[in-house]
Amino acid sequence: MAADDDTRGLRKGRFAPYGLLSPGVIWLLLFFLVPVTLLLRASLSSKPSRFASPQFDWAWENYSSAFSRYGSVFVRSFVYAGPATVLAILIGYPLAYWIATRGGRWKNLLIGLVVVPFFTSYLIRTIAWSSILADQNPLVTTLQGVFGDDFRILATPWAVIGGLTYNFMSFMILPIYVSLEKIDFRLTEAAADLGSTPWNAFRKVVLPLSMPGVFAGSLLVFIPAAGDYLNARYLGSPKTSMIGTIVQNKFLVQFDYPQAAALSVVLMVIITALVLLYSKFLGTDGLAV
Amino acid sequence: MTMSESASLPAATSGRGSGGSDKPQRVGSGWGRRLLTAFAICVYLYLFLPLINIIVFTFNEPKGRYNLSWDGFTLGNWAHPFADEELTNAFGRSLQVAVIAVTISLVMGSLMAIALARYRFTGSKITEVFLVLPLTTPEIVLGASLYQLFLGRNVTLGATTVIIAHIMFCVSFVALTVKARVRGFDWSLEDAAMDLGASPLRTFRKITFPLILPGIMAAALLSFALSMDDYIITDFTKGEFSTFPIQVNNAFRVSFPPQVNVLATMVLVVSVLLLVLTSARRRPGTL
Repeated sequence: MAADDDTRGLRKGRFAPYGLLSPGVIWLLLFFLVPVTLLLRASLSSKPSRFASPQFDWAWENYSSAFSRYGSVFVRSFVYAGPATVLAILIGYPLAYWIATRGGRWKNLLIGLVVVPFFTSYLIRTIAWSSILADQNPLVTTLQGVFGDDFRILATPWAVIGGLTYNFMSFMILPIYVSLEKIDFRLTEAAADLGSTPWNAFRKVVLPLSMPGVFAGSLLVFIPAAGDYLNARYLGSPKTSMIGTIVQNKFLVQFDYPQAAALSVVLMVIITALVLLYSKFLGTDGLAV
Repeated sequence: MTMSESASLPAATSGRGSGGSDKPQRVGSGWGRRLLTAFAICVYLYLFLPLINIIVFTFNEPKGRYNLSWDGFTLGNWAHPFADEELTNAFGRSLQVAVIAVTISLVMGSLMAIALARYRFTGSKITEVFLVLPLTTPEIVLGASLYQLFLGRNVTLGATTVIIAHIMFCVSFVALTVKARVRGFDWSLEDAAMDLGASPLRTFRKITFPLILPGIMAAALLSFALSMDDYIITDFTKGEFSTFPIQVNNAFRVSFPPQVNVLATMVLVVSVLLLVLTSARRRPGTL
């Protein structure tokens, strides 16, 4: 890969690189690594009443109740985030492929357009979807003609999955596009010359080479989707609440910090485990840079 | 490909892929290609559907307090875009937070990118992994852990804590984006400048900075969008402070005024113009 020859021109640094890195690294240590370890500590604390301050006492019961009381919410979160990720691949891959192969001189603009939805707030986009999917909207009333009057989209799991798919779609398209851009498409011509059908050339040559992009995109969609609570709030119903909903509520409304911290840690651990599993399955080296 | 490489999203806009050329590729049969084009157009429509909805509803005259169903055409909302004072103030605060957070993370992130892209040193690999971690941690965990940190230190939540949080998630994005753009540069240009008598400062100003500028621009645009866009991390670090999305959410219990759409459309128009300008100025295949 091209990245491998990059070390050629690099100079050996004794002090300069550490000086350049230190402000950013210190910031991330203070406001990312330290807080996450504090969260681990908080997850093993107990807080007898709403106004008491949490005491660290190896309170493993926070974890047992995370599974016994909220296990089904965890399952639901992943049941929504999984299909949202798959849908994002199915919708995003062809677009990325089209831009990479057919974009020509408009490539930069076409890929830029994919980012445009980010420039309106995530919340406002989600509210716009709630307006589009509302029961009285022409789109939904038309479908009611087909499926009967009880048909609705808003306040169903489908709306939540759709919202998650939409909101993180750009994170899928961009890395796939980056990996497709690196492919020398003369390889498919070579395959064709050797008697391969276009579909086989794609399946055997292009698809495997673009897998790193699919892998990165899946992470960038699945991770935020699994921890999200806004789509469930605006597009779902109380029956579609996700683990993010519970964590947000426990932290900011009920002040039940130990339980909320334990739920966050479990979410983080499950996601890390899934990521490692997925990377092994795809044969990528995972997060090792 | 590595995670850090592919996570650096706006690298995509650079158009410096080694395999891609500017000419459309001849891939697949005629029918397959047409089908793919049709599908791509549909995906763009899907991506823009909510944005079209937002823009159309700036011209709506809602009967109630929720601008969510179509009741009639008016230009009144555009005549009074700042009619909702609280919303306008929150919008201003969002812009301020974004400008401060983006500026600071651009400086820190670019320095990190330069260090990683041009030096070989012990600990560079672990630093790259460390940079990716905030991006692979769910936002709710980032928000919750910062909330714990500030609470434990008795720090009052407000504008400062929101800015600290925004810098935290922007700095990784900036570092990875700028790094992806500057990898493979010919750093010997710097030596050449120095050999010809340029001072280190002048070398930076005339050689290094212009080289990394396009990467910094892309990083600025994306991290600005991420900061303006953020809800979840802000929710945990805001206290009584509110940004534009937070204010919209808080007010949603009682109203959803058309001014939300007008302000959102303004940001959208400005950013699309910026995007078209920057991608028009850069010829494909060059940085």
